[in-house]
Amino acid sequence: MEPLSTLQIALRILGQFLPVWIALVVLFAASIRFKRNLGLYGKLFDSVIGMIGLGLVMFWVFTGIFAAMDMIITHGPLDQLSGMKNEPPGTPLPDPEDGAYPWYLLGGDNLARDVFSRMVKGAWIVVQIAPLATLFAFMVGITLGLPAGYYGGRLDTVLSFLANLILAFPVILLFYLLVTPEIVATGVPQYMAVVLFIFPLVFFGVLINSRYRSQPRRNMTVLAIVLIPLVLAYLSLINAQGTRIDFWPLDLFDVPGGILVVFVSVVFVNAPTVFRIVRGLAMDIKTRDYVAAAQTRGEGPWYIMLWEILPNARGPLIVDFCLRIGYTTILLGTLGFFGLGLPPESPDWGSTINEGRKLLSIYLHPALPPAFALLSLVLGLNLLADGLREESLRD
Amino acid sequence: MGSFILRRVGVMLLTALCLTFIVFCLTNLYPNLEKLAKTQGNFRMSDEDVARWLDNNGYGGPMLVKYGEWLGALPGWTRETEDGMDGRCIRAAEDPTEAPRFCGIIQGYWGYSTVFKEEVGGIVAKRLGLTGILMFWVLVLMVPSALLIGVLAGMREGSVTDRTLSTFSIITTATPEYVSGVIFIAVFTSSTVGLRWFKGTATSAMENPTFENFFLPVLTISLYGMGYIARMTRASMAEVMTAQYIRTARLKGVSFPNIVVKHALRNALIAPFTVIMLQVPWLLNGVVIVETLFNYKGFGWTLVQAAGNNDIELLLGVSVVSVIVVLLTQLISDIGYVYLNPRIRIS
Repeated sequence: MEPLSTLQIALRILGQFLPVWIALVVLFAASIRFKRNLGLYGKLFDSVIGMIGLGLVMFWVFTGIFAAMDMIITHGPLDQLSGMKNEPPGTPLPDPEDGAYPWYLLGGDNLARDVFSRMVKGAWIVVQIAPLATLFAFMVGITLGLPAGYYGGRLDTVLSFLANLILAFPVILLFYLLVTPEIVATGVPQYMAVVLFIFPLVFFGVLINSRYRSQPRRNMTVLAIVLIPLVLAYLSLINAQGTRIDFWPLDLFDVPGGILVVFVSVVFVNAPTVFRIVRGLAMDIKTRDYVAAAQTRGEGPWYIMLWEILPNARGPLIVDFCLRIGYTTILLGTLGFFGLGLPPESPDWGSTINEGRKLLSIYLHPALPPAFALLSLVLGLNLLADGLREESLRD
Repeated sequence: MGSFILRRVGVMLLTALCLTFIVFCLTNLYPNLEKLAKTQGNFRMSDEDVARWLDNNGYGGPMLVKYGEWLGALPGWTRETEDGMDGRCIRAAEDPTEAPRFCGIIQGYWGYSTVFKEEVGGIVAKRLGLTGILMFWVLVLMVPSALLIGVLAGMREGSVTDRTLSTFSIITTATPEYVSGVIFIAVFTSSTVGLRWFKGTATSAMENPTFENFFLPVLTISLYGMGYIARMTRASMAEVMTAQYIRTARLKGVSFPNIVVKHALRNALIAPFTVIMLQVPWLLNGVVIVETLFNYKGFGWTLVQAAGNNDIELLLGVSVVSVIVVLLTQLISDIGYVYLNPRIRIS
C-alpha cells in the first residue's frame, strides 16, 4: 500500500475522532438551546472565548472517555509492530493482519508503537487524574482556609505558616523527594494520602451536620447516606495489599501504586494555593451584612462558613478551579517529563514528550502530537476560565 | 518599617530551618541510606553489614542529632578506631589533629558529593554561576517584553491590540517549558524542518554563550513566565486608566502618550513588581526543565543528577540554596511592595 499524503492523514484523523465530533455537536446544540436555564454555564455561550475554551476542553474530555472505551484509537497503545520503528506519519503497516487498521496515522515511535493511539490514550490519563486531584486540593484548601480566614488569630498564623512552608519548596524538588521508589517503599506518600484524603470526609460531614443540626433524625439519615460510601471509598483507597497500610479486609478497588503517589503529590502541591485564595475570600466576605445577620440569628460558625461565606465566594473559586486543572495538567506533564511516578511505558503526554525529545533532531513526529495535545487542553482551560470570569463579573 | 523587616527575617529563618529539616529527613530515610551504603560499599552487603557501615559512617544516630551535626549546631560525631580517631569533622579537615568540633552548613562545610567526587560547596557555587547567567538573560528578555505587552494591552482595554496581546499572553501561560522547548527545537534546529537557525543543545554555551546556542533556552523559560506578568500588568494598567486623576489629566488636555508615560505607568507598575519577584521561584522550575532539555549543566541539571543518583549531601546543598533563593525573593517582594506603595508605607 502507498503511504498516505498529508491531506489524507488529516482527513483520516478527523474521521477517527467522529464520536467526539458527534458528542461535541450534541453538547453544544443542547447547551445553546437551553442556555437561559443553565445559570453561569449557560451564560458561557454568550462569550466567544468561553465557547472556544469549552470546545477545546470538552474535545479532550470526550476523547479521553471514548479512548477508555477503546474507540478512536487505531492500535493498542503498547502494541509494537516490527518494521514501524520511527516511521513517518501515514506509513502503511508492512503486513497488516485482518481487521487491523492499515496505517500508523502519526507514525511510529522509537519502540514501533502508534503515536496517534498513544496520544489519544494519554488524554484518558489526564482526564482521570487532573480534575479529581484538583477537586481534592480544593476540599483540603476550603476545609482549612475557611476557618483560617473566619477565625483569624493564632489558627490563621499556624496554618498560613504551614502553607507558606509548602509553597517555598520548588515543585520539582518536592516531586523528586516524594516520588522516588525509595520514599514510596517507606510509605510516606501513603501516610500523606491518609491525611489528605480524610479532608473530603470532614468537609461533607461538617457541611451536612451544620445544616441539619436542629433536626437530628434527618441529620443522621443524610449523614449516613453520604458518609458511609465515602468512608468505604476512603478505606479502600488508602488500603493496599502488601504495603505499610494493609488492615482493611473489604478492599473494593486498588489504585495502581504509581498513580496514587502522583495523585497525592499533585494534591499536596496545589492545596496551599487554594488555601490562600479561600482564606483571602473568607476574610473579605466575613465583614458583609448577611454574615452579621447570620451571627445575630445565632447560627454556628461552621454554618456561616459553609452555607453563607462559601456560596458567595463561588465565582472566583470556579474560575480558579478551571485554571488549576490546567496547572495540574502541566504538573502531571512535568512528572512524566522527568520519568517520575507513572510507569515508563505509560502513554501519558509528559512521558511521551520525554521519550520523543531524545531523537528530536532526526524524528519530529513522536514528540510533537502529545506536546500540542497538552498545549491545546491547557489553553482551552485558560480560555474557559477567562470566559467564566468575564461572564460572572457581568452580573 | 524596621520591626516589619526584622519580623519577616525571623519568620524566614524559621521557615528555612523547618524546610531544611524536612528535606534532611526525606533524604536520610532508611531506604536511601541503605542504597547509599550499597553503592559506597558493595551490592552484596547483608543487612548487618549495611547497619555496621551506616554506624561507622555516622548515619546511625537519631535524626535530630544528625540534622544538628549537618547544620553545624551540634559537634560532629567522633569514634575511636584502630588507626586513631575518626569523625565527621576529622574527615573534612586536612589535618586530623586540628579538626574543629563543629562542622556543618553554618561553618561552610557542605559535605562531599558521591556522584561528582568533589566538595558540594564548590559544585553548587560553580553550577549556580552558570544558572545565574541563564537567569540574568531570562530576566533581561522577560521583564521588559512582559511589561511592554501588559502596558500596551491595558492602555486601551477592549481594543484590537488588547485582544491580540491578551490572546498571546494566554497562549504563553498555557505552554509549559517542556512543550515550548520541544516545539522550538523541532522548528528551529532539526534537519527535518530545515531552518537550523539555532543549536538544539546549550552545552557549548557553558563556556561561550552566543546568540546561536543560548537564545532558545532563554526564550523557552521567559515565554512561560511572560504571559503571567503581562496579564497582571494589563489588569493593573487597565485599573489605573479608569482612575479619577487620569480622567482629570485627559480633561486638562494632556496628550495620550503623556498620560500613559507620566501619570499611569508609575502606579501601574507597583503590582507587577511583586509578581515579578514571586515569579523567580517559578523560574527555578523552568530552569530545571530547560537545563535538562537543552543539556545545560547548571543548577537545575545538578538537582536532577543529585536526586536521580541518591547523592544525599549534594541534594541537601541544592535544596538549601533553592529554598533560600525562594525565601529571599519573597522577602524582597514583601519589603519592596511596602516600600513602593505609599498607601501601605504611611499607614
